[in-house]
Amino acid sequence: MASYAGELSPAVRVRSLHRSFNEAGGVLNGLDLDIAPGEFVALLGRSGSGKSTLLRALAGLDRGVAGTGRIEVPDKVSVVFQDSRLLPWKRVLDNVTLGLRSDDAAQRGTQALAEVGLAGRERAWPHELSGGEQQRASLARSLVRDPQLLLADEPFGALDALTRIRMHTLLRRLCEVHQPAVLLVTHDVDEAIVLADRVIVLDGGVVRHDAHIDLGTRRSQADPAFARLRALLLAELGVEDDHDAAPGRHADPRLDERAAS
Amino acid sequence: MTTLTAPTRPVAAAEDVRPTRRRLGPGEPIRFGGLIGIAALLGAWVVGSATGLLDPRTLTEPWTVVETAGTLVENGRLQESLLTSGVRAALGLGLGVAVGTVLALVSGLSRIGESLIDGPIQVKRSIPTLALIPLLILWLGIGEPMKIITIALAVFVPVYIHTHNGLRTIEGRYAELAETLGVTRGEFVRHVVLPGAMPGFLLGMRFAVTSSLLALVVVEVINATSGIGHMITLASNYGQTDIIVVGLVVYALLGVTADAAVRFIERKALSWRRTLAS
Ligand SMILES: Nc1ncnc2c1ncn2[C@@H]1O[C@H](COP(=O)(O)OP(=O)(O)OP(=O)(O)O)[C@@H](O)[C@H]1O
Ligand SMILES: [Mg+2]
Repeated sequence: MASYAGELSPAVRVRSLHRSFNEAGGVLNGLDLDIAPGEFVALLGRSGSGKSTLLRALAGLDRGVAGTGRIEVPDKVSVVFQDSRLLPWKRVLDNVTLGLRSDDAAQRGTQALAEVGLAGRERAWPHELSGGEQQRASLARSLVRDPQLLLADEPFGALDALTRIRMHTLLRRLCEVHQPAVLLVTHDVDEAIVLADRVIVLDGGVVRHDAHIDLGTRRSQADPAFARLRALLLAELGVEDDHDAAPGRHADPRLDERAAS
Repeated sequence: MTTLTAPTRPVAAAEDVRPTRRRLGPGEPIRFGGLIGIAALLGAWVVGSATGLLDPRTLTEPWTVVETAGTLVENGRLQESLLTSGVRAALGLGLGVAVGTVLALVSGLSRIGESLIDGPIQVKRSIPTLALIPLLILWLGIGEPMKIITIALAVFVPVYIHTHNGLRTIEGRYAELAETLGVTRGEFVRHVVLPGAMPGFLLGMRFAVTSSLLALVVVEVINATSGIGHMITLASNYGQTDIIVVGLVVYALLGVTADAAVRFIERKALSWRRTLAS
C-alpha cells in the first residue's frame, strides 16, 4: 500500500467492488470505501442491501461468490458474528484462545475475559453463559488477537435492549483501548449514531450516504442534533420516522410519497 | 435473604392453593423402574417352575440354572468360554472401530476420499454382514481370523456411518469461524472436527457394540470349537437347557456391560453437553 505524503494510509481500502450471486443483478455494484486506522464506521442499509456481503468480502469469507474489484485490509482482522459462535465443546477460555499461538495465550485470554467483565468464568461451558455473556466472550476472542480491523455483523442483534446498551458502552470503551478500525453492520440507527465516528448507508450496491458524526463523546438521544441525524438516516433508509417527527416534516413531499408507496 | 426465612406462620398452617390441571403425561418416573419388569419376569419363571407349569425340558428351573452356573464356574469351563468369546468380540470390535473411524475421517475430511470410500460403504451397508460369512469361510477358513473379521465387518459400518455423518454435519459456521481465527488445518481438525464428530462417533459405538455381539453369537453358533456359543451348541445337542440359559445370561451380561461402558465414555467425553440434557 502506497501511503499518501504525510497522511496515514487507510486501514481498509475498497475500490469498485462488484459482487453478485446470480445473473439477474449485482448485490455490490462498484463500491468504494476507505476506513482510516482506528476509525469506527457503522454500516446501515435495508435488509438485503448487501451489508453482510460486503462484510464477508472484507473478511475473506466469500470464496466462490462472483465479482471483481480491489480490497486491501490489514493483516490482523477479527470478525464478530451475530451468533457468538463459541464452540460448545470448549470451555470459555479455550474458545477465546483458540488458534492463539503465543506462550502467554492463557494469560492474555484471561485478561481479555476480565476486560469484557467475564473474570472467573474461564472454566464455564458456553451454554452456561447468557446470550449477552456469550457475545461478550466472542468479543474477547476477537480482541485478544489485537486486530487492526474489527468486522462485526449485527453483533447485538439477538440481545435485549438493556443488554444492548451495556454492550454499546463496553464496545466503545474497548475500542478506545485497542484502537482497531471497526466496521459495524447494524439495523439500528440509534446504535449507529451512538457508537460510530462515521455512518455509511449502503443502497443499490454502493455507498449512498457517508457522514461523519460530530456529536462529541457523550451522545444523548435528547440532543436535537441526534434527532435530526436520526431522521436523516431513516429517510436515507426509506423509513419515515413516525415516533417523534417534528410536525412540519410531513410537509416534505418526498417523504410523503415514500410513505404512500 | 436470610431475614425472610423465619416463617411468620406455623408450617402446618401454610396454605398451598393453586390451580391444577389434569395430568396428561406419564407422571413422575419410578425409581429403579427398569428393574421391576425384569424382576416380574424372573418371578414368573420361579412360580412357573415351582408349580410345574413350565416343563423343565422346555426351560430349566431357575435354581438348576444357578447350580449349573456354579458347576461351570467350578470346573472353569464358564470362565474359559467367556474369555474366548470376550477376546474374540473385543478384537473384532477394536478392529472394526479403528477401520470405521479412519475411513470416516478420510472420507469426511477430503472430497477425494469421500468419492472413493463413501460409495462402496453405502453398498456394503445394504448387504447384511452375516450374508458374507460363506464367502469369508472360503477365503479365510473357519478359524479365528474369519470370526474376528466377520465381527469387524459388522462393526465398522455403523461406526463409519455415524462418525461420517457427525463430521459432515459440523456446522459450516464453525469452519468459517476457524478460518477467521487463522487456525491451521491440524488445529482445525483437533479442536473443531474431532470434538464435533464425537457425538456421532459415540452413537456409532453403541450400535457397534450391539452389532459385534450379534455377529459373535452367529459366528460361534455356526462354527464353534470354543467360546460361549460353542458351549450353547453342545448343550443344545444334549438337551441341556440349563447350560443354554447360563450361556444366554452371559451374553446378556456381556451386552449390558459393553453398553454401560460406552455410556460411561459418552458421559465423560460429552460432559460439555451433559448439563444441557439434564
Ligand atoms: N449465499 C447467497 N446466495 C444467493 N444469494 C445471496 C446469498 N447471500 C446473499 N444473497 C443475496 O444477496 C443480497 C444481499 O444479501 P446480504 O446478506 O448481504 O444482505 P444484508 O444487507 O446483510 O441484509 P440483512 O440486513 O437482512 O442481513 C440479498 O438479496 C440476498 O438474497
Ligand atoms: Mg446481513
